[in-house]
Amino acid sequence: MVKEIERAGIPIVHMCNIVPVSKTVGANRIVPTISIPYPLGDPATSREDQWKLRYHRVRVALEALATDVEEQTVFPV
Amino acid sequence: MSKKAIIYVNQFFGQLGGEDTAGVGPSIHEGLIGPAMAYNAQLKDCDVTHTIICGDNYMGSNPEDAVAQILGFLENLEFDIFIAGPAFNAGRYGVACGTICKAVKDRFGVPVITSMNQENPGMEMFRKDIIIMKGGNIASKMRKDLAAVVKVANKMLAGEQVGPAAEEGYFPTGRRHQVFIEEDATTRFMRMLHARIAGEEFVSELIVPKLDRVPIAAPVKDLKQAKVALLTTGGIVPVDNPDRIQSASATRWGKYDITGMERLESGVFKTIHAGFDPAAANADPNVIMPIDVLRAMEKEGVFGSLHQYFYSTVGTGTTEKEASRMAKEILPLLQADNVDACIMVST
Repeated sequence: MVKEIERAGIPIVHMCNIVPVSKTVGANRIVPTISIPYPLGDPATSREDQWKLRYHRVRVALEALATDVEEQTVFPV
Repeated sequence: MSKKAIIYVNQFFGQLGGEDTAGVGPSIHEGLIGPAMAYNAQLKDCDVTHTIICGDNYMGSNPEDAVAQILGFLENLEFDIFIAGPAFNAGRYGVACGTICKAVKDRFGVPVITSMNQENPGMEMFRKDIIIMKGGNIASKMRKDLAAVVKVANKMLAGEQVGPAAEEGYFPTGRRHQVFIEEDATTRFMRMLHARIAGEEFVSELIVPKLDRVPIAAPVKDLKQAKVALLTTGGIVPVDNPDRIQSASATRWGKYDITGMERLESGVFKTIHAGFDPAAANADPNVIMPIDVLRAMEKEGVFGSLHQYFYSTVGTGTTEKEASRMAKEILPLLQADNVDACIMVST
């Protein structure tokens, strides 16, 4: 799905847990998440911690959309 | 003396449970659990001594730790072959089977083998490293897939040469072996050229890979002006699932209005994805669809605006073909609404 949207020239960032899968499929902007059932907030941690984690990773994703990349890029979090 | 095999399975085939146990770390068990029984019965002059079980999410999220633990289990054991799966089209399981087979092969130098469906992302990731038999898409193909693994495993155990991918039924590893044939090179070349011109089938030893890569889209020029849409394959939908999106192997998707919402409330939205434990996302859908933090950043002026709709489907067992079709259906709507950029959250 990521590829079809990018093919139309719309920049898209893939937030996912198993980064090698995203790379193999061909996403170009990738931001890692923390797990499969809860990509952006571990329920074992406090609401504040979940918010902080989610805010940080989504912000990295937004900035990835405004970043020029030459090759498949995994943005550090 | 008979040889020894060790089998790797996930939590489901290891009979620990379903998605609720997908987070469990690796364990090793003496004897036969799940598919290990059938392997033990069918492998020639070879006993299965141990079954290793690891939750798919644990392996997916902590691969270094899971691999280190499993290599630790194996350190003092004698075994002649390591078999994982079959993994069918279970994506996380396939990646896990590939990861552990490659690690075991690299460390101990024993033959390793697994089985996956051609749609399994683990296939493309590991087919050049290990032998992956071409398997069915669902677990009801177990008997057939397991027999195919056994056939090649028995050759490995007997020290026989494993034949070419097309003959033995595994995914091409990209390696070429030298073989001597009766036909001289010129005759063979002319025969292939004639076949090509005539549009007939021929087999070349040099296969040109077809890689579907998309040119990297230019970045948004000004994030502060950009309209950003949120998409997910994590199955977040209104609780009544109005579009009846399937929980696995989805062919449908939904478009949901979030006007005026500061966050996705539990009880209003939930996940219908059958590929993971839904407890966390049902308690707080924002852990998959981060509407809450996007609203905060929208107010702070980090980016222009959050698109009025989010788009959702389920990405487990969904074929690339269906995913591509669904994206092509969504795309014109995004374009008509002047969406500048997208975030896709996958589970």
